[in-house]
Order: sequence, then C-alpha cells, then structure tokens
Amino acid sequence: MAHESVYPEEMRESIEKVEETRDRRLKEAFRRITPEEKDELLRKWHPDFRPEGKRPLKIGPSKGLVVPHEVADLIEAYPLIDPSQIDLSRIDYDVDILIIGGGGAGASAALWAHNSGIPAERILIATKLRFGDANTKMAQGGIQAADRPNDSPILHFIDVMGGGHYANKPELVKTLVENAPFIIKWLEDLGVMFDKDEEGNMIELPGGGTCRKRLHACKDYTGLEIMRVLMDEVLNRGIKVIEFSPAIELLTDPDTGRVTGAVLWNLETKEYYIARGKAVILTTGGFGRLHIQNFPTTNHYGATMDGVVMAYRVGARLRDLDATQYHPTGAAYPEQIVGLLVTEKVRGLGAQLVNVDGEQFIYPLEPRDVVAAAIIRECYGRNKGVVTPTGMRGVWLDTPMIEIIHGEGTIKKSLAAIYRMFSRFGIDPTKEPILVFPTLHYMNGGVEINVNAQVLNAKGEPIPGFFAAGEVCGGVHGKNRLMGNSLLEITVFGRIAGISAAKYVQNVEPGKLSLKHIERYVEMLKEAKIPETRKSPMILPEYRGEKVLSRAISLFKL
Amino acid sequence: MSNEEKKLKMVRIYIMGKMYEVPEGLTIMKAMEYAGYRFIRGCGCRGGFCGACATIYRIGNDYKLYTGLACQTTVQDGMYLVQIPFVPAEKPKYNIEKLRPTASTVLYIFPEITRCVACNTCTKSCPQNLEVMDAIQSLIRGDLIKAAELSFDCIACGICSMRCPAEIVHYQVFQLVRRLYGKYLAKKAKHLEERVNEILQGKYAEELEKLTKMSVEELKKLYQSREIET
Repeated sequence: MAHESVYPEEMRESIEKVEETRDRRLKEAFRRITPEEKDELLRKWHPDFRPEGKRPLKIGPSKGLVVPHEVADLIEAYPLIDPSQIDLSRIDYDVDILIIGGGGAGASAALWAHNSGIPAERILIATKLRFGDANTKMAQGGIQAADRPNDSPILHFIDVMGGGHYANKPELVKTLVENAPFIIKWLEDLGVMFDKDEEGNMIELPGGGTCRKRLHACKDYTGLEIMRVLMDEVLNRGIKVIEFSPAIELLTDPDTGRVTGAVLWNLETKEYYIARGKAVILTTGGFGRLHIQNFPTTNHYGATMDGVVMAYRVGARLRDLDATQYHPTGAAYPEQIVGLLVTEKVRGLGAQLVNVDGEQFIYPLEPRDVVAAAIIRECYGRNKGVVTPTGMRGVWLDTPMIEIIHGEGTIKKSLAAIYRMFSRFGIDPTKEPILVFPTLHYMNGGVEINVNAQVLNAKGEPIPGFFAAGEVCGGVHGKNRLMGNSLLEITVFGRIAGISAAKYVQNVEPGKLSLKHIERYVEMLKEAKIPETRKSPMILPEYRGEKVLSRAISLFKL
Repeated sequence: MSNEEKKLKMVRIYIMGKMYEVPEGLTIMKAMEYAGYRFIRGCGCRGGFCGACATIYRIGNDYKLYTGLACQTTVQDGMYLVQIPFVPAEKPKYNIEKLRPTASTVLYIFPEITRCVACNTCTKSCPQNLEVMDAIQSLIRGDLIKAAELSFDCIACGICSMRCPAEIVHYQVFQLVRRLYGKYLAKKAKHLEERVNEILQGKYAEELEKLTKMSVEELKKLYQSREIET
C-alpha cells in the first residue's frame, strides 16, 4: 500500500488478499439466497433465534409475549416514584397536546398539530436530553418513498411485508407507503437538501431488500439534515420545548383510563414536574442502550425504551418485541468506534462484504437480518472472520470498490460521515477496506397503534387521549425493518399522531390526573413476586468504571 | 475486551483539573465514564453526529487550546479536559415561507456576519474540518449556494461560535442558508410531485387495499417473484 496503514500486521495480510481478489470480484455478483437457505441461516445464526436470550412476560396486557431478558427486566420492574409522594394538584404545564420525546417523530407531531390549528403555546415537547438528541440524527443512508416512474407504492408495500417476514400489520404498511411521497414533498418544501441531479430529480439508491432504487439521501447525513430542519421549524413556530426533562410516568384519569399527562423529571435539579395534556403523544424511540445480548449499539445515549415501559403500565399492548434488529455493518475496528453505524448506503454504492480470504459470502443487499446472520456465521461458524487486537471479529466491507465503480471522490462526497469517522482514526476508506460486525440497531417491535396513531389496549381498542409514533411503536416493520423506513415511519406517523391528537382535543376537557394505574401495576408486580430492587424506566444507561469498556461478543465463540 | 484478556495500559488525564488514570485508546467520552462521570449534559449520539460533546483541552505544557468531540477523540497522556455543555445563543425566528433566497436575507437576519475579520479561528476549531470561514465569507460575497454546500456537514457543536471574535452563531446562520437553498434554489423533483398527485387521485388505493387483505402465501408469491432493479 502506498500510504501509511494503521492496521496491525495480521489484518494487513488479510487486506492484501482482499486487494488481490478485488478485480475479479468487481465482475462477480454473489447469487441471492433461496427462501429455504434464508430460513436456515436465520434460525442458526441470527441472535433472535437464541432461545436463552428471551423469556415470556409474566404480567400485564401482553402477558406471555416473548421478549429479550433486557426488555423483560425493565417491564417487570417497579416505578421510580412512590405515587403517594407525588402532588398532582400542582400542575406545572397545562397544554392541549403533550409530546414526550424530542426526536423526528415528536417534532413532526408538533408541526402537524400546529398545522391543524393548535396554537403553538398549547403544545409542549418534553424531552430527555437536548431537543433533537435522538436516533433520527444518526440515520445516515436515506428515506424510502416510491416516487420514480418504474416504482410504485405497491412494490414498496410488498418489499416491506417480505422484509418483515409478513408479520407486519398490513394497514400500517399501507399507510406508510401511501404517505411516503407526500412526506418527501413536505420535507422538500421545508427546505431539506436532498441529493438531486441537475434537473432536480432525486438521486435514489437501492437498499437491502428493496426491489427498486428508492432511497432518498442527503449525503450520508440524511437523518441529521431532516432533524435539524424539523427542529428549526418547530422553534420558528414558537412551540415550547423543555429539555433534560424526561417523562418517568404517565398520568391517567382513574375512571376512564384516558391518558391525561405525565410526571416529568428534571435531570439536573432532581425535581418532578406535573404536565397535563388533553392528549399525549409518545415519541420516545427505541432500546439500543439496553445492549440486548451484550451487543454494542449504534444508538443514541438516551435510547433506553422508557416509552414502552410507561405505556405498558397504562395498559398498552406490545408486539414484535421478540425481533431485534442488528445492523449488519457496525464498525468493528478501531476500538474507539466499535458498534457505530456504517450505513447500508456503502453497500448500495457497490461495496462487497468479504471474509479473511478476500472472498464474498453473501449478496450484500439481502435484508438486514439475513446479512447480519451471514456475517456472524462467517466469523463464528466458518472461522473466516478477521480478528482484531482486542479479540473482536469482523469481515471486510470493501469500500475502495466504490471509488472504482463510481469514480474517484465518490466516498468523500456521498459518504462524508463515514469517511470522516474512519479517517479520524487513521483509516482511509477510499484506499483500504473497513472492518464490520453486526451491531444492535433498532427496536422492530413496540407499542401497538392503529392507522390513526392511537395506542391500543389488550383488547385492541384505542386508549383515550393516547397516541404514539416512531420507533416506540411496533407493527409497521413486522420482524425486520428495511433500510430507509424508519425516517419514513417517524415522519408519516408523527404527522398522523399530530393530526389525530389535534382532532381529539377539540371535543374534550382536560382530564383528571392520577397514578391509579401505577398502584394497580405494583400490585401485579407483587403478585408475580418480581424482586422489588428492579426499577424502571432506565432513563440513562450506566457506563461508569469498567462498564464502559467494549463489550466482548463471546456469545458465538466456537 | 476484559482486563484478563488484555493488560490495560493507562494514561493520565485531568478532568476539570482533577487527575484520573484511564486505559489508553479510549475516547474522551469513555475515559470520563471510566473515571466515574455519568453524563447528563455533554453526551448525545456518541457517534459524531449530534454535536453534544464539544470539548476544549490542552496537552501537557503546550500552551495551545485544542477542540474536539469527546466521542470522536482519543485520550492522550497529559490531557486537561473541559466539556462545553451549551452555547447560550438566541435563535432568531423567521417564517421560511416569506423569505427571499438571497444572501442579503441572511445578512438581514444575522447582521453580525459582516463583523467577520477573517481570522479563520472558526475553521481551525471545527471538529468536522469544515471551511467555516469560507462559508461565512461566501455569504458576504453574496454566494448563498456555496455557503450551503460548505456548511452541509455541520453538526452544530458550537465550537466555532465560542471561539469567534465577531460573535457569529455560525450553525444558526448555516441552518437558514441551507433551508433557503433546499426550499427555493434547488430544483424541485417533478417525478415526486407527479407521484404525490397520482396518490391523491387514488391511483393505487384499490390495489393497496387488496394487498392488505392478502394471505401470507399470496404475498410470499408476489415477494419472491418480484423483479429486482439492478
């Protein structure tokens, strides 16, 4: 190699093999996996299929639902507050629409509630960290919408269902794909800088499991660009946002079960606030920071599943939480960035996945669960992975191919974030491949909603006053989300939640506030003999001391 | 990586003046956690996308002040660290629908831009290595498009604004610039508008409705036989 490489000697030997096979591989397309092979690969190698990683829930509206232990430990847990110690007569914030969670779904909900006639001062966004501190900002690759002439919402629908193993809630999928082009148009009109050609046509790439080129991108800062535009607009409208104040419990009307507000917790002063809303929209995101099965994660610091915990206590039904998305390509080297996302766009632009011998082992754009399982098999089943100095295993993502296929400079232009992330640590992805291994990425399941973004109870009926959107929800993606459908979900269903909540509040008075549901939940916990030391929501993960050191993935050791 | 598998080599760092020994090779963020800090402020995406963890540091006897993102910078022996949790900047409100997409609009809303003395401190302090000063200077010259392009990778960490002698709040200026570009100057996608209209006219409604009622077996057939664009 012409330039100074930071890879250690053994890794460099493998890179030489990758370079030797590159010319040949540029002409090779790895064959697609058959449905039978796919089933076997997932069953044997996908972490979801390890029965020892999960257990059925003992209590609550989705009793019996099988979920990862890390999820069950937070659901089968006692509240952080003692209801008798909370003064509900002192209302600190009294609004029409209370939005819990300041990511892309929350911001979209706020804007559409405002568009639907709710005055800015009657909307409140309460969020755990800063406004916009959310996984939305970290989404790199793109957002799907079937808007090219050879594409259609029909094909988008089929892709989503197949990718989700047909477990999706079909009417939510219909809503997703039917609204997708409108949402892109809305974002374009707000001023999002999409990648376009000189005529203004969107430059669209394929994603894993998509049958058409359907990914709209803003370089590889797609989520950042969308989030900052939404934030700017929310602030321009004068909608109030309180930061560093996560909800730690919802409030309900004791007679009707209607959700009427939330207890917020000021992380800095340790004081609680009572927020009352005629309607409550839950947009708290997912669970990456639970480190399911000890995996590293791509997720934001605040992704601790607080919303699912709170919603369950007011009677919300959960679904598809048995399926966890491991993104196939998290960084596996160097140590400083282990687990961080390497966008699927890298494969969309033509980079292949190759093993220690420089050979392909999977078609790079199979759905995410399939590619993740194939990488784990390569590293731990076939022992064809590359081992790093810290004992981490991974396979190569052959990034220099992109420069050969699309021309020099493509990586710096279209994958600026990835280029920056690796070059900060001395690796130049235009010249050398990068090492990847699956990383915990997305909560496929969550709280069940209907097409109006109303949260459903155990019987499938809407819980009055309660709406949800985004990663906290389940059903849209079935058992496996496709790339580019999460940015789409937060905007499509965030918008619907805002509109539905705005309609709901027209005809209702503010509700009574109680923590009755918490008292009932605590009784159930006691009956099920759940240890009282277990508390939730988590709010922030614990990384002090040794816990911060990278998690060894010893699960698949030979 | 556990301690048994690898003997940890330690480095000394100073967090707000206090000395701690931490394993080498960690990011500043992880090193602070190793030292016992639990972040509320100064920690966000942990992946270099959100700008929450702006950090100022010195090393040993070097007089220079360095800047970086705590989640993207490796600790060095002798680092003196201070996290900057917050830039107290006021965001001006505007109605994007009523603005003209010109550099003078930006100068009107952010008149302090003209105080730029071209010292280049912003560019030197940018953890994204953006040409921050060039972007500001482009605006002064009236080139909004150039400013939008140069600032696209901004993560709004605010380090440039803290260092700027002219008190420019660069990340807010650039936010307006990019929205003006995206909304007014970039050409609209015609194929997008056409598809939106088709959907509004109900072109796909019936077939989509049919799909939602289909059995898994029928859907499987459609999925497995669909043609894949290459």
